[in-house]
Amino acid sequence: MSATAPALEVRDLDVAYRVRGHDRPVLRGLSLRIERGESYGLVGESGCGKSTAALAIVRYLARNGRVTGGSISVAGRDVLALRRGELREFRARTVSMVYQNPGAALNPAMRVGDQVVEAFTVLGVPSKEAAARAREALVTVQIADPDSVLRRYPHQLSGGMQQRVLIAMALAKDPALLILDEPTTGLDATVEAEVLDLVAHLQAELHTSVLFISHNLGVISKMCSRAGVLYAGRLVEEGPVETVLQDPRHPYTVGLLRCIPRGGVRKDHGRLDTIPGFLPPLGAELPGCVFADRCALADERCRTEEPPLIAVVAGHESRCWYHERASGLPREEAADLELPAVDRTGPPVVQLDGLTKTFRQRGHDVHALTDVSAAVWPGETLGLVGESGSGKTTLARTLLGIVPPTAGVARLDGAELPTRYQKRSPAELRALQIVFQNPDSALNRRHSVRRILLRSLRKLAGLRGQAAERRMLDVAARVRLTERTLTQKPVQLSGGLKQRVAIARAFAGDPKLVVCDEPTSALDVSVQAAILNLLVELQARNRVAYLFISHDLGVVRYISDRIAVLYLGRLQELGPADVVFDGPHHPYTEALLSAVPTIDGGGRDRIKLEGEIPSAASPPSGCVFHTRCPRKVGAICEEVEPPLVEVEEHHLLRCHIPIEELRRLQGKERATA
Amino acid sequence: MTALEAPVRSEASVARRERARVLLRSPSFLLGAGVILFWVACALLGDRITPFDPLFDQTPDISVPPSSEHWFGTDRLGRDVFSRVLAGSRDILLVAPLATVLATILGTALGLITGYFRGIADDTISRVIDAVLAIPLIVLAVTVVAALGSRSTWAVTVVIAVVFAPIIARTVRAAVLGEAQLDYVEAARLRGERAPYVMFAEVLPNVMPPILVEATIRLGYAIFAVATLTFIGFGLQPPSPDWAVQIADNYPYLADSWWTVLFPALAIASLVVAVNLVSDSIQQVLER
Repeated sequence: MSATAPALEVRDLDVAYRVRGHDRPVLRGLSLRIERGESYGLVGESGCGKSTAALAIVRYLARNGRVTGGSISVAGRDVLALRRGELREFRARTVSMVYQNPGAALNPAMRVGDQVVEAFTVLGVPSKEAAARAREALVTVQIADPDSVLRRYPHQLSGGMQQRVLIAMALAKDPALLILDEPTTGLDATVEAEVLDLVAHLQAELHTSVLFISHNLGVISKMCSRAGVLYAGRLVEEGPVETVLQDPRHPYTVGLLRCIPRGGVRKDHGRLDTIPGFLPPLGAELPGCVFADRCALADERCRTEEPPLIAVVAGHESRCWYHERASGLPREEAADLELPAVDRTGPPVVQLDGLTKTFRQRGHDVHALTDVSAAVWPGETLGLVGESGSGKTTLARTLLGIVPPTAGVARLDGAELPTRYQKRSPAELRALQIVFQNPDSALNRRHSVRRILLRSLRKLAGLRGQAAERRMLDVAARVRLTERTLTQKPVQLSGGLKQRVAIARAFAGDPKLVVCDEPTSALDVSVQAAILNLLVELQARNRVAYLFISHDLGVVRYISDRIAVLYLGRLQELGPADVVFDGPHHPYTEALLSAVPTIDGGGRDRIKLEGEIPSAASPPSGCVFHTRCPRKVGAICEEVEPPLVEVEEHHLLRCHIPIEELRRLQGKERATA
Repeated sequence: MTALEAPVRSEASVARRERARVLLRSPSFLLGAGVILFWVACALLGDRITPFDPLFDQTPDISVPPSSEHWFGTDRLGRDVFSRVLAGSRDILLVAPLATVLATILGTALGLITGYFRGIADDTISRVIDAVLAIPLIVLAVTVVAALGSRSTWAVTVVIAVVFAPIIARTVRAAVLGEAQLDYVEAARLRGERAPYVMFAEVLPNVMPPILVEATIRLGYAIFAVATLTFIGFGLQPPSPDWAVQIADNYPYLADSWWTVLFPALAIASLVVAVNLVSDSIQQVLER
């Protein structure tokens, strides 16, 4: 091991998976270099080869995967030449990996302490010393109460805590290279922010070299100094993070960045741009540029001749013949979109009145929802935000009649809705529909798309035979499904197409309000943009209202007219999207917004929230947010729950601090930031 | 327009073909299927292919050991054992599959109801199922025979169906519990579907693979159960060439003429093993 060798050097790496007797290339000539102490981000959509690259580096490819060319060296050691024993030694001492799902990475049957100790004993630390070092390691990852955490089992820890433990284990050996594969993808924004802060802090302190893999450009922007963009197994662009994100020189990077709703863009500003077409299938023959089929700039040369990585400036390279024209990539989607204004002078389509839901769980009352009142007008989107456990989903399920409320009513067009869906009339069922987060679970995998749509038309629109058939083609066309798709089953479709089918199903009976429960969270950003465009088009056309739940604040801001912020089942803030986002806002909203890492460099000076969400079984007294509130004013917050009052026109806030004071506090910090 | 040209991954049909290919390449599946087909052919052709009449007494040649004329020897009534073994597959191949089909239908219905409704329906039916599972096959057989007043083949079929249905119901229930959590079930309810539609049209197709596997496993046990009950005197009676009847008929004379017991016993064993080989292969393919 030489001290000057880079932490990671990958040269011309080819990896192939053997599927049905054929080698399908997954990585094509990947080269990257991470210097000591550097933090490098690898970005790309699903299926581009990010995780394969990580697994190849630790030689942990699936059994049908094989390195077919190139070399990998970590801290000067040739990884591909390691023998069995050496490889184990290498994994134990030289390289660490943290995976996406912390719950699955910890052994559920072992106490956390034993697992952390293991990370040390495998290095040859005597067990007594290992116990002390384990405790120390948890202190390093800023776990406040290490002794109690060590005694617990993984399921007794929150996701963020589990990920901290795993990071502590990964750092036990002071690795030459730390690989983080989507380490915060399943976590809430505030928890994600904490974990990212921790990694950034440790990296600065320990000078660990990091390979950070993520699909989230905001996270990469916050965490890394250099980044590479991977597409179809090829590195298409590489350079300093700011340069790649602010001045992208590959059409794929340009397209990807345009897909993301950011910088306060709203649906009435126009459609989001999308990337046409699909990722080439696994192992496709690609004689020219890998992106040529989807690129509006591509010409004959791109299709026949593979471009090399061309230096734009020193350190910034793009694999595009026409990189100087990349930023002028023509839009795929015309931006124009006529959105009729929402008329709030008339009656709302759906009205929630004091909805309260208390679950009985092991002898405890769990207050999932407390006195939530809101209204949604025809043609508008009410965005619903809050961390997991805040009651977003319970609210939606109560409205749909899946969960009957303990108190309060929901009204449709002024008429009280029966609390259970079984008691609702066909017209009421038709009026309220839902699009689920996970299209795999939402569509019956044994039914063809045709059957799914026809059945919904029959039940929701009362159509049969020829009439149903005609209407199905109409509905399918509106969500842009081809006739060929209709005969297929869900497994044969991509995630985006499945979500289109689910949307078509919800729209079969001309609904008045559709609950969208994280409808794009399971999708890649380019597909997400297309689905958001579709939802907005349907809204413009049908005057349908949406109750839109998402943890992605950029998405919520894009699609929502108004936003409701929930914390521990209580409405904390409700107002027009721009007002809620731009402030003055509730201290919780403020913290939530500042937690999100953005491409434009936001999230670097975030407001830290202390601790975790309190249990809904015993919510704090007074203002439920006082235990974590950075702007707590005093005893009044602990004793008196502030009322939800209209502080300015259409803007409701639940806080003891007067709006003018909030404006002053938040405005001042914004000015100095 | 973004998603217009779909990447058509014809994975479903490819997967189906792939499964068939894997099955047809698996030696244990081929061996099992071959043995089953052989016995099915014997059952269909019956005494048209046996060298001697399985029921005809060849009185001069009683209790002859296996020879070139009588490959498996003759029994104490002078009947050719080889012919009787070939002809003896017919009834067991009718009764065991029929009992299995009945048990599967009943078990699937119970499993769907308990898994889908949960609550009181589940608690009640599940306790009854537990009770039935606790009763040994033979005790139940005697009870049913007493109740029906018959020891016919039908009684045997019903008894086996009743004993096996709860086992299948449990497997189906477990599968349905997982399936009922999925959002498509909720979507169906939210468009006003009634419970029977959701159970049979939405959930059932998705739990077919475990039901199929369970049914083939049960078939193996059913063959064994039919043979057992027949052996102790239920169902078919002498002079039927049924394997279990032959064994029951001849085992007092085991010491003198082992061939009259060994060959029918081997026949039963071969069928049970063959069915299990096939069911193992199917399970492996379906659960990959």
